[in-house]
Amino acid sequence: MPSEAPPETPPEAPSEVTAPPGDPAAEHVPGHVADHAVDHVLEFPGGYTRTTGPVIGRFLTELRDARIVGVRTADGRVLVPPLEYDPATGEDVTGEFAEVGPAGTVQSWAWVGDPRPEHPLDRPFAWALVRLDGADTALVHAVDAGDARAMRPGLRVRPRWRAERTGHITDIESFVPEVTRITSPVRTEYRLRPGRALTRFLEGVARGVLLGCRCDSCGKVYVPYRLSCPECGVAITEERELPDTGTVTTFAINNLPDPRAPQVPFVSAYILLDGADVPLIALVGDVPAHEVRQGMRVRAVWAPRQEWAPAPLSMSNITWFAPTGEPDAEL
Amino acid sequence: MSGNRCAVIGVGQTEYRTKRRDVSIAGLVREAAARALADAELTWRDIDAVVLGKAPDLFEGVMMPEAYLADALGAAGKPIMRVHTAGSVGGSTALVGASLVQGGVHDRVLVVAFEKQSESNATWALSTHPPFNASLVVGAGGYFAPHIREYMRRSGAPGHIGTLVAVKDRRNALKNPYAHLKIPGIDRAMVESTPMLWEPIRYLETCPSSDGACALVLASEKAVTGTPAWVQGTAMRSEPIFRAGRDTVDPRAGRDCAADVYRQAGVTDPRREIDVAEVYVPFSWYEPMWLENLGFAAEGEGWKLTESGATALDGDIPWNPSGGVLSSNPIGASGLIRFAEAALQVRGMAGEHQVDGARRALGHAYGGGAQFFAMWMVGTDRP
Ligand SMILES: [Zn+2]
Repeated sequence: MPSEAPPETPPEAPSEVTAPPGDPAAEHVPGHVADHAVDHVLEFPGGYTRTTGPVIGRFLTELRDARIVGVRTADGRVLVPPLEYDPATGEDVTGEFAEVGPAGTVQSWAWVGDPRPEHPLDRPFAWALVRLDGADTALVHAVDAGDARAMRPGLRVRPRWRAERTGHITDIESFVPEVTRITSPVRTEYRLRPGRALTRFLEGVARGVLLGCRCDSCGKVYVPYRLSCPECGVAITEERELPDTGTVTTFAINNLPDPRAPQVPFVSAYILLDGADVPLIALVGDVPAHEVRQGMRVRAVWAPRQEWAPAPLSMSNITWFAPTGEPDAEL
Repeated sequence: MSGNRCAVIGVGQTEYRTKRRDVSIAGLVREAAARALADAELTWRDIDAVVLGKAPDLFEGVMMPEAYLADALGAAGKPIMRVHTAGSVGGSTALVGASLVQGGVHDRVLVVAFEKQSESNATWALSTHPPFNASLVVGAGGYFAPHIREYMRRSGAPGHIGTLVAVKDRRNALKNPYAHLKIPGIDRAMVESTPMLWEPIRYLETCPSSDGACALVLASEKAVTGTPAWVQGTAMRSEPIFRAGRDTVDPRAGRDCAADVYRQAGVTDPRREIDVAEVYVPFSWYEPMWLENLGFAAEGEGWKLTESGATALDGDIPWNPSGGVLSSNPIGASGLIRFAEAALQVRGMAGEHQVDGARRALGHAYGGGAQFFAMWMVGTDRP
């Protein structure tokens, strides 16, 4: 929400008024005459001199020392940049200078998306009215905010000083926003192994078999294959091959994309393999999402054998589960 | 209940917002803690120990935040410890704090929990897709949607029950100055017009992502200042996620946890004997599901209680007068907020969402795959 442009802001670059080259319309404008233009430069050698006077001179001298001062008016306001008179009353200002800033607050701004050669920065920036802390007026300067979205009324900024200063307003290269956020990279590298039980199970998947196991103590059949019973806490020794058919016990229709799902919406389902006592969570495919039912009979759809990846071990050999067409099971 | 008496004597909450760009994590937790101390009319110096609750470190990427936050929470020279039990962590944190008082170890314990979701990457952190997965993990909504669907099938609940909760809790939030989601004029049509994210869960039937912190000051009987909410019962339970025969709609750990708390508090009929409940309902359908799991309704009947309006602020058993998790969800703090709001109710300090004459309130939290539970009963009566 950019505010209105400050009055000191140079107008945006006027759009080029010449017609594009080769535009046939331009060639046939009535009264069109040949263009005899040449470039001409008007520049006084070395530049004009200006006597600063005591007030502006003090301001520029302080700038050279990387300080910003304003001047106090008779009624106690601080003008920054200072003037030799109070523009509100026409009276002389007092001889009292006050250091302000260096931080300040953006009041309004105009974004310059396409800087011109004479601009203070060669990348997009804002011309902004900055009220420095302790000042009663605002200073126009460039704010190097990176992105127009970073600009807002109330944005806190500080000057970025040039290393070589001469006593000129450009001793401040630009203002930059205060630091309010940092980026904190978090990265840890792991070397993972699937463990004995999961290795056994995924090796089964790698050759087209779903391996489960049966607890001796409670008789429950678990899949994927595991080495202990979460109910009884005892070791499981009996391995059991399970069919790749089962029943959808319940499911979600996911309308948010997922890298592992081929499209949106996709169905993630709890599938109780025949003979198992715990469900697997897997994709259901080859059926419109809204035709999936609780109790629907499904079978694993294995990827074509020539696409089976030898490593790393994963479930990727099973594309998803698809309806078998059998009548629904009772839940 | 076993152990020494324990009371909540201070409650502090930050406003819950989408983004708190004006404060660091330390500033956020301090804001809640300072308010809790002010409520108890105490200073940092009066606190014996600090217990901090926080969801997984990988959410904000601040590893062991209890170490980083020790100074900010005035813990120099005092014990500080960290609690983490997934989504139920806020509740567990209060219970660990209470146990330090009940066990006679400390007289005044500061309990704090927080989340800064605007700088947290919770969805990423919960689905990092390490290799060798045998099961498809699809995030919280995708995980809980099938259990809601199964509840609807078993109970025969009509499809609009979830929208009733979504509207009720957000209307309550309008009365809570700390609540995050404020949707004046929310109604069923508005909820039903929002897209299905994880069918049968609609956008407005889910909780928001919030920045915020909550803090409590717990005291032993002799250290009570101000208005106490007496802790009448506490319990935690957990269960393995892949146990055969596990009932994901009506988890046994939740039933057992509630039964333990009711026994300690002498409650035999929760619907009649509890005046108000702050229950962890991150998806609207979890209200009817937990009404049954917590014994407020018979199996298959929870949705009828919701439909009848009994759980509304003016019903006979108001649930989530604060607006609940559906209105404010700084994950790590969400459970503690339930416990804190229960305390505010029996202290008569809940403001516009006060349940008149509340003498006994239940605070509840759950987490993981509905496998970790934490609950407490607080009341006006000394146990
Ligand atoms: Zn067993």
